[in-house]
Amino acid sequence: MAQAKRPLSPHLQVYRWGAHMAVSIMHRATGSALAFGSILLAWWLVAIATGHDYFNTVQSFAGSMIGRLVLFGITFALMQHLASGIRHLFTDAGKLYDLKSNTASAKAVFAFSIIMTIVVWVAAYKVMGVL
Amino acid sequence: MSDMNTPISKVRGLGSAKDGTSNWITHRMTALANIPLTIFFVVSFVGNVGKGHAEWVAWIKQPLVSVLLILFIANFTHHMRSGLQEVIEDYVHDHGMKFTATLVNKFVCIIIAAISIFSILRISFGG
Repeated sequence: MAQAKRPLSPHLQVYRWGAHMAVSIMHRATGSALAFGSILLAWWLVAIATGHDYFNTVQSFAGSMIGRLVLFGITFALMQHLASGIRHLFTDAGKLYDLKSNTASAKAVFAFSIIMTIVVWVAAYKVMGVL
Repeated sequence: MSDMNTPISKVRGLGSAKDGTSNWITHRMTALANIPLTIFFVVSFVGNVGKGHAEWVAWIKQPLVSVLLILFIANFTHHMRSGLQEVIEDYVHDHGMKFTATLVNKFVCIIIAAISIFSILRISFGG
């Protein structure tokens, strides 16, 4: 069925950016990024199941500069999605709707995801004995 | 006779499919289950990072680890499917494209789950 071009309601471009808006957009973006990450997780599990040699190949890719960059991005995506997902559960329960707590919780999500990403990587380097 | 009905009255006559709510609730339930499972995965992954093949195999072979990993994979791929479905519904409006995207999404998520779980079982039961 041919549809006439109808006017659309205002979208992203007309609003002033705020933490609450950013956190909502990021939730979707990080969720999609994690879907890509799930392919890497499957690949990694396949590598362990396949054997020593193939595991080392995958490991050396993961340890490369590009590999580390991708893993760092996925770590941030995971932490952001986790924190803003928990925030979503609160809004689903009808909480955090007043402007003040809504913005504050959105900022807290970003603070949490940045701090936790750093914590995870510092811990990882410590476990590997690099730090 | 039914041809005389307007499309909206046909839909009202049949009622809704009644699984919109169930999909919404499933997405929240899997989200909730993802919290402890993700924490388990991140903590143990970081704890083992940099180790060799034999150590990873030994880690996965532990029954509790195998089970938790399988639950993690099954739960997050389910959550992933319903989340990506929501994205598709928001941005893909063409009926044919939407149908195709929905199908591909479901297939790919299930394939990722199957490959991952099979690998875990192979490691767990392998010699």
